[in-house]
Amino acid sequence: MYLGEASIEYQDGVYIQGYASIVGEKEGQGPLRSLFHDVENDPLFGGDNWEDAESRLQLRIANTTIREAGLELKDIRYVFAGDLLGQLIATSFGLKDLNIPLFGLYGACSTMGESLSLGSICVSAGHADHVLCMTSSHFASAEKSFRFPLGYGTQRKLSATWTVTGGGGVILGNSGGIARITGITTGKIVDYGCTDKENMGACMAPAAADTIAVHLSDFGRCPEDYDKIITGDLGSIGKTILLDLLDERGCRIEKQHMDCGMEIFDSEKQDTHAGASGCGCSASVLCSLILKNICSGIWKRVLFVPTGALFSPVSSNEGRSIPGIAHAVVIESLEQKG
Amino acid sequence: MTGSIKEHYDSYVKNVTPTASTLKNVWNAFWIGGLICTFGQLLLEGFLALGMDKDTAGYYEMVCLILSSVLLTGFGIYSKMAKYAGAGTLVPITGFANSVASPAIEFKKEGQVFGVGCRIFSIAGPVILYGIFASWVLGLIYWITHYVF
Repeated sequence: MYLGEASIEYQDGVYIQGYASIVGEKEGQGPLRSLFHDVENDPLFGGDNWEDAESRLQLRIANTTIREAGLELKDIRYVFAGDLLGQLIATSFGLKDLNIPLFGLYGACSTMGESLSLGSICVSAGHADHVLCMTSSHFASAEKSFRFPLGYGTQRKLSATWTVTGGGGVILGNSGGIARITGITTGKIVDYGCTDKENMGACMAPAAADTIAVHLSDFGRCPEDYDKIITGDLGSIGKTILLDLLDERGCRIEKQHMDCGMEIFDSEKQDTHAGASGCGCSASVLCSLILKNICSGIWKRVLFVPTGALFSPVSSNEGRSIPGIAHAVVIESLEQKG
Repeated sequence: MTGSIKEHYDSYVKNVTPTASTLKNVWNAFWIGGLICTFGQLLLEGFLALGMDKDTAGYYEMVCLILSSVLLTGFGIYSKMAKYAGAGTLVPITGFANSVASPAIEFKKEGQVFGVGCRIFSIAGPVILYGIFASWVLGLIYWITHYVF
């Protein structure tokens, strides 16, 4: 059933039937180290180059997630997946041998929200028994695509974030499962004219604020109806801005708010500046800390809001601003009915 | 309601964004950059002591600095130094060598022509282009002042 401005509430259950996260060495040394399914210390993941490394990461996430759900490849009707690289090469080369129908998605770092949204729509409408939703990012392939070569000597600003090497996958289905998706709110592109690509939090916070505000209004809920409202990769500066923007709208979420980008690394010890970013940031934190807490009933209802900065090196060089987008997904433990 | 922050978003963002300490950056750039230059001077003195003339000793010094920078880039050390040194590692000739070596290493996987060949000057290219252009402009000014006046 569609609700309000931009939301859907699922009457029939859309169930999370399995999930998995795989991350790189640095993420594996962070505070969430014991919660990931697998930590790979080889930055190349056994591949020849950074793009190949991310492709191999995607394939491993897909296989691990399907196995964790107790399913086989043939059980998966569709894959909804994406990454940050040009023309989605990590996804297309990584998943080509799976032989499963694929929807390749680009929502920058909000892709996990987009894939869960489309996957849940698909399952809810009865078009599939099981779908796989997943994303990944890789520090080195992202640096190469968006910044400088790894060996180039440059200083990162304090507002910069560190791209996560890692990713997560979730199997959605129409029965059983370990948690439920009960609704989504699809984000609009929001542009406050920010042009600093070393301050992504500032570029994306307005989109996150908009999506959260629209979500609460569409569902007629208040922040207290959620145990956690979790944004993707705003980092410490983006978090401050988000709280201020929502405060201005009369909505206070500081008690519920958490940002995946501030959870995955210890920014002081691991020198990641404002936090973490990348599609794999929200995906791997979802598929470790968040879903573990939901499945064990510690959190009953969570609003998961991955955030993306919609730009390319070309648009940036041409002086265009960096708009943001954020997609919200309501995830509930099985103990509570929506 | 969002009007006020949205209207002054740039200045608002500037307010909430921490900036690095200029004093610390300048100090690190000074002592690390100074160390590189001292190393260069030692090399120069060494080559002079070997009996080379000043120009030749200077060429050998440059070759040694460039080689050291390329090696440090290859071992991933130069970028770690630059994190602290900033302009201290950027300004000396070692910084220029780093800006040529790092794309060459990064894009080697894309082939010798489209990878290394096309990308090797992706960072240093503008320096070369505008350096030559600036020298041409200065040459023109020199020519005008020398022959016209």
